[in-house]
Amino acid sequence: MDAFNTRIEQARAAIAEAASLEALEALRVSLLGKSGLVTVELKALGTMTAEARKLRGAEVNRARDRLLEDLAARRAVLEDAAFTVRLADERLDVTLPGRRGERGGLHPVTQTLERIADLFARLGYARADGPEIEDDWHNFEALNFPPHHPARAMHDTFYFDDGRLLRTHTSPVQVRAMSGRQPPIRLIAPGKVYRSDSDQTHSPMFHQIEGLCVGEGVGFADLKGTLDAFVRAFFERDCTMRFRPSYFPFTEPSAEVDIRWDDGSAAPQWLEVLGCGMVHPRVLDNCGIDSERYTGFAFGLGVERFAMLRYGVGDLRAFFENDLRFLRQFAS
Amino acid sequence: MKFSENWLRALVDPRVDRAALVHGLTMAGLEVETVTVLGDCLRQVRVAHIVDCQPHPQAGRLRVCRVEAGESSPLTIVCGAPNARIGLKAPLAMIGATLTGGVSIKAAVLRGVESQGMLCSARELGLDADASGLLELPDDAPTGMPLADYLGLPDASIELKLTPNRPDCLGLLGLAHDVAALFGAALRPPPLQAVPVQSGARRGIRLEAGADCPRYLGRIIEAIDANAVTPIWMAERLRRAGLRCISAVVDVANYVMLELGQPLHAFDNDRLRGEIVVRHAGESEHLVLLGGSEVVLDPRFLLIADDGGPLAVAGVVGGQPSAVNASTRNVFLESAHFAPAAIIGRARRLGLHTDASHRFERGVDPELPERALERASALLLAIAGGRPGPILRAERPEDLPLRPEVRLRRARLATVLGIAIDDDEVERILRALDMQLAEDDAGWRVRAPTRRFDIGREEDLIEEVARMHGYDRIPVQRPSGELALVADSEERLPIGVLREQLAARGYHEAINLAFVAAAQLAIWKANEGAVALSNPLSADLAVMRTTLLPGLAQALVANRNRQLTRVRLFETGRCFRAGTGAPVETEHLAAMASGTADAEQWGVPERALDFHDLKGDLESLLSLGSGPAEYQFDAEDLPGWLHPGRGARIRRGGHVLGALGALHPRLLKALGLDADVYAFEIELDPLRARALPHAGELPRFPGLRRDLAFEMPQDVPWAAVAASVRGAIGERLAELRLFDQYAGHGVTIGHKSLAMGLILQDRSRTLTDEDANESMREAVAALQRDCHARLRG
Repeated sequence: MDAFNTRIEQARAAIAEAASLEALEALRVSLLGKSGLVTVELKALGTMTAEARKLRGAEVNRARDRLLEDLAARRAVLEDAAFTVRLADERLDVTLPGRRGERGGLHPVTQTLERIADLFARLGYARADGPEIEDDWHNFEALNFPPHHPARAMHDTFYFDDGRLLRTHTSPVQVRAMSGRQPPIRLIAPGKVYRSDSDQTHSPMFHQIEGLCVGEGVGFADLKGTLDAFVRAFFERDCTMRFRPSYFPFTEPSAEVDIRWDDGSAAPQWLEVLGCGMVHPRVLDNCGIDSERYTGFAFGLGVERFAMLRYGVGDLRAFFENDLRFLRQFAS
Repeated sequence: MKFSENWLRALVDPRVDRAALVHGLTMAGLEVETVTVLGDCLRQVRVAHIVDCQPHPQAGRLRVCRVEAGESSPLTIVCGAPNARIGLKAPLAMIGATLTGGVSIKAAVLRGVESQGMLCSARELGLDADASGLLELPDDAPTGMPLADYLGLPDASIELKLTPNRPDCLGLLGLAHDVAALFGAALRPPPLQAVPVQSGARRGIRLEAGADCPRYLGRIIEAIDANAVTPIWMAERLRRAGLRCISAVVDVANYVMLELGQPLHAFDNDRLRGEIVVRHAGESEHLVLLGGSEVVLDPRFLLIADDGGPLAVAGVVGGQPSAVNASTRNVFLESAHFAPAAIIGRARRLGLHTDASHRFERGVDPELPERALERASALLLAIAGGRPGPILRAERPEDLPLRPEVRLRRARLATVLGIAIDDDEVERILRALDMQLAEDDAGWRVRAPTRRFDIGREEDLIEEVARMHGYDRIPVQRPSGELALVADSEERLPIGVLREQLAARGYHEAINLAFVAAAQLAIWKANEGAVALSNPLSADLAVMRTTLLPGLAQALVANRNRQLTRVRLFETGRCFRAGTGAPVETEHLAAMASGTADAEQWGVPERALDFHDLKGDLESLLSLGSGPAEYQFDAEDLPGWLHPGRGARIRRGGHVLGALGALHPRLLKALGLDADVYAFEIELDPLRARALPHAGELPRFPGLRRDLAFEMPQDVPWAAVAASVRGAIGERLAELRLFDQYAGHGVTIGHKSLAMGLILQDRSRTLTDEDANESMREAVAALQRDCHARLRG
């Protein structure tokens, strides 16, 4: 073993122990660089005889290959270690909250109203609309409330000096939608309505949804079927319902619908949730629809009532106080 | 309509218990609102007679009574009631009785005296709210009789919430007809007997009001005892119907009204002069009403008058001067038919609502007056004595309301209800309701009894059949028919998308009342064209809102008062302004914010909200529609609520659509706000317009970017800079981005520096550096010319 080989073996030992990529690079330069050990040895081959050069050359090249292998192996080990350190350094607290804006939300009355309108849209009910400041004809007379009729006393009405009024129900939209149109008609009219009444269970402004279905052969059984399907879909459960005879000037027969409400918090009870009936022939006639040929049903429901039941809201007034603590509960 | 259950059962006994009766009524459209059970705990309570009553030796407020109650010897009862006295008949709860609320009566020693029971007030017995003293029983009440037997207990007060179409049920006999039909029970109407005429007392009656009063009956009863006491059975029935006893005459009139449904009126005959005339009031006729208030009448009112002038407002209320009182000897009983049209709204005009007007407005059976008059005469005679004269009658038969014959077609019935009902069942129902039927080939011809004002056309009969057959027996049918596809235009943004966008950006939706105080609008300088209600609930809710902002501001203030300082609210809703003819209703969207720009969190420095935060929120909405580029913002002609330097008008195509900015500091002060508040309000409808997307050709050649920085006077708006650059470069400018605005060190005072990126692109070729340099030269020259801008080195 000559000095060259001894030095190669020493160099290989040094490579195996190189502590950093920088130290490894320095070793590479000292061995394989321009004036490195192996390079100098290779250059010296030129001064040798062909015979000696062949022998010596093979030996030096072998040594160089071993060194390259060793360097690569050590580099891989050192790089791997460095990578592990880097990954450790880059570790985060993943439990910190994400950066984001705070989300707001839609009013529970809007959510309820849109949900109801959407359910009826699936049954082919188009949305219709009308003014909130109405005239007597559309709010009362066309709906078969003659002037001074006692049924008007059921509607505490806000008036304007010119005789116009704030609509007391969404039913005038029926009249507007039917006038100048022919059946089949299926429409839903959501919106604000007004009654001059204010206490714990009455707000002077609230929201109603009017539904109307007019066609040939539309009967009370269809009304029952439609509302039964709607109530089940809205509350997502089987609700016991009852249709109770009642009176509205613009429908006949008329009914109020009660549902058997059992939320586990109190004894089950019948709660009145909406009014409905077969559209009075006089209303159809007033709108230019042949009441002999066509029949129809209409219903009206209070959106706040449904929102209260659905979301467990106890006080109607909470809907109009706009307390963020209240509203946030519905912002999911 | 409130009544005693036992009284109803005296007229018709359906042979079902109370719960079934109440349920049956409700399900027949006669909704039972309340049931108050009376005298359920009266075992061991007797009619007692106080035979001695002495002050308690140890207690000034108590008395020691000796009471006879059917025992072999009188009982000693200690009593604190102020009306305990010798001779009084009162209820006595015997030892062993359990009263309402579970009070059990035991022998008790009260201040040294043993009490062997308790004398009771009406409240202690659960009969009434009256706890002022012992329940006073009539002197002829049989001592020792169980009180329940004596008073006809137990019973219940049932209150119906009657709909306006069923005035026939405002009398128990009418209600009994429905109950009889409902349960198949027999009706036991009160005796219908003419009292023997005992005097010839007469008074003329003239009808001068046409169809408004087609029938007027009267009778004079002479020599009554006006101080006669109403018998206990009548007093109890009245009380259980919610009426107090007043005098025998008035009580009899009320009783007959409750029983038959016919309102009666009694005049003091000695105060009448000449003939009774039914006529319309003249202009400005005066009358002092029962109760003492004076009213001024006009020809819309129907009057009962005599030669001396008005006596009563017909069908509404009597007059004071002719009223019966304790000294009345001779009465004139009125039993008349007034047409609903003549009565409707009249009581309301006088600020009244009476039992009579409530019935006449809705319709009273025109065949009732005679029957009611005979019934009242008989009752009055039995209670107060007197000599009845003949029935005095004035009629206009041609003006009496007719019950028209109404057709009911089998096929129509089936269509409207969606179920075929057997002919037998239809006929059973209609006959049970007292209707006269004649069959024809398509169905029936039906005539309703005269008490049914609500039966005038086929639908009315269909409702009767449905109601009696039972709504619950009509099937639940899945609706069929042509299912039209409801299509919403894609070129109109749903409001829900706008709402969702605001919610995603941190805004909570508010809903405010649509009326506000006029003063509130004035603070916002938004009262021009405001429409006022004629009958507001209060001055705070007196005018329709012209803007959504005052409501949002109120909610913001309320939330800040609850220590919520970062508030973001929005609302959509109608605003109202006077127009030519109908007021103009415009749907608005408004948002309001105060507090920090971002929610407090780690890694994001806290910063106050500013104008451009809010503008960004608005632009995020505009981007959903036709895009922010369609809108112009300028500071011209700002509304009064805006800070003059931090506000903008929102326009599109020259039309003002809304405004945006900081609330004016003076407004903040008026609202009691000590923080900056930013808001925008915009018309909703134009915001929803959206062009259908159209896919164009994508650019095939790469773009080039050049960045430039300019210094220019502070007051040059970015809109002018952008317009100048776009004008100079033209189509080749694909995008212009502002990435910095700076003023301060290194920039001339009064100037600012704007740094922008220009992205250049050509559709037909790749741009060269020389192309880009040329565009830059054009931009620099234009900005120098238009905006006094100097390129920074």
